[in-house]
Amino acid sequence: MVRQMVVESVYCKILNDGGFRSDGRRQYELRDINIDLGQQGSADGSASVSHGLTQVLVSVFGPREAKMRSQTIHDRANINVEVAVAPFSTGERRRRGRGDKRILEFASTIKSTFEPVIQTALYPRSQIDIFVQILQQDGGVLQACINATTLALASAGIPLLDFVCAVTGGVHSTSPLLDLTTLEENDVPHVTVAVMPRTGKVTLVTMETRLHVDRFEDIFRVGCEAGKVIHKEMRAAVKERTRSVGSGGGPDVGDRDVVMEERMEDY
Amino acid sequence: MRPPSPSIPEREFIFTSLTQSLRLDGRQLLEMRKPTITFGEELGWVECSFGKTRVYAAVDAKMVKPPPERPYEGIITIHSEISPMASPEYEPGRTSEEEVTITRMLDKVLRRSDAVDKESLCVLAGQRVWHLRLTVHCLADAGNMLDCACLAGIVALKHFRRPEVEVVGDEVTVHPPTERAPLPLSLHHTPLCLTFAFFPESSSKTATSTSSTKTTTVLDPSLLESRLATGFLHVALNAQRELCVVQKAGGVPLTEDEILPLIKEVAVSRVRELDAIVESRLKEDWEQRKKFVEVR
Repeated sequence: MVRQMVVESVYCKILNDGGFRSDGRRQYELRDINIDLGQQGSADGSASVSHGLTQVLVSVFGPREAKMRSQTIHDRANINVEVAVAPFSTGERRRRGRGDKRILEFASTIKSTFEPVIQTALYPRSQIDIFVQILQQDGGVLQACINATTLALASAGIPLLDFVCAVTGGVHSTSPLLDLTTLEENDVPHVTVAVMPRTGKVTLVTMETRLHVDRFEDIFRVGCEAGKVIHKEMRAAVKERTRSVGSGGGPDVGDRDVVMEERMEDY
Repeated sequence: MRPPSPSIPEREFIFTSLTQSLRLDGRQLLEMRKPTITFGEELGWVECSFGKTRVYAAVDAKMVKPPPERPYEGIITIHSEISPMASPEYEPGRTSEEEVTITRMLDKVLRRSDAVDKESLCVLAGQRVWHLRLTVHCLADAGNMLDCACLAGIVALKHFRRPEVEVVGDEVTVHPPTERAPLPLSLHHTPLCLTFAFFPESSSKTATSTSSTKTTTVLDPSLLESRLATGFLHVALNAQRELCVVQKAGGVPLTEDEILPLIKEVAVSRVRELDAIVESRLKEDWEQRKKFVEVR
């Protein structure tokens, strides 16, 4: 008896008639965001962010003395970003070398996103190291990296001008979608947008797939709005972290908490 | 090695003149340099220049066995290099950040945007496909090498003619160009890249306040302008108003209303003009070659 393997072809609709996506979300619904600002090793600040199944861990060291004198800038801090993609992060195990152009581009994108946001003028001749580790990839990796980097920098106490909140968006035959998974990213033209929520200005826009100009405008505007939603989550996480760190103090903790709360209100 | 930054007087001068909408080379703020396209002897050899920025691109094709996971598609590889003759900042062997940007953008604009129809490059499914190699060399850097490189790449692809192949059953015969006229590649669309550079209105080095600082936008920055710019926006689109690549990686933050008109109006109209220039140059060159080549 010959056993025949029956291969079922599973066809997932990106957006079905009921308005639901392949993972049960609605059009404009974002995935579950999980933020962990616990301390990692000897890092000055670290954050582990997951958007649904995409998980990224960022550790920040600095400002500290530069490893190589030749890389110091006389009036600013030097920002060094290194990205590592775990081979088990995708469905198929794939080892990417350090010199891989895609990864280098990732790192330089993150660096140029944060260069105008970090107040580097306060730390001349020092270095701020940002190490990004991508643990799981399910779409929206750049988005997760940027959000995690913002949180790690905030948790390291490095002065920033504002949060940087990133979100991915796509257009599936005129209906805009937010926060795409890998399945959706492979099928649908998508954009990653990073905004600074206080002013609403955009620091990063990247798109690699073909999209008509008018559709681009729709998804661009939606993406900017969504950035503000992510900002709320990030703010809550930072507040919680500050509270838990602050309350680990002495008996006069009560007053300090109130002052901290008031300060966080303006932030 | 980091390039020596422009001196303070240069910086002050450029910023002040930009706030008065004056550029060092006399162009308007949103005016591009006129591209000059020269074709070489061989088909697929192109040299593009924007003012003093020069880039050359060459396409060549050979037949190979396709990878098992994609038996029906041809292969396109892009090799780009910035030779140290472009500028003293580039060292041989070391990939500078600029080189990574150019390589990645070329990859996105020409490969990921599906400019070339890969299925038309298939000769015998699973056994023989065309492997196109596009080589881009940057010869001189006077600002905006990226746009020049993308233009050279796409024009080279349009200019290239591959030998005609005849498939009888399982037998593949490649006809050399002397026997049968070579065929052009089938391109879905012509993506063209534009670069905008942003400068803060205030003459301070870093924009330390997030209050309304109006930014000046410049199209096709020159070398000095690109060293002093606080942000770039790279847009690649085709004449059918389809965006292929949008890349604004950090740099000075802008509002949506500052970015969208640049893309929707300025980029679209410039690309139309560029497309017309490219088509007319290709036609001119083909007319000249017609005297020696049998036209298909």
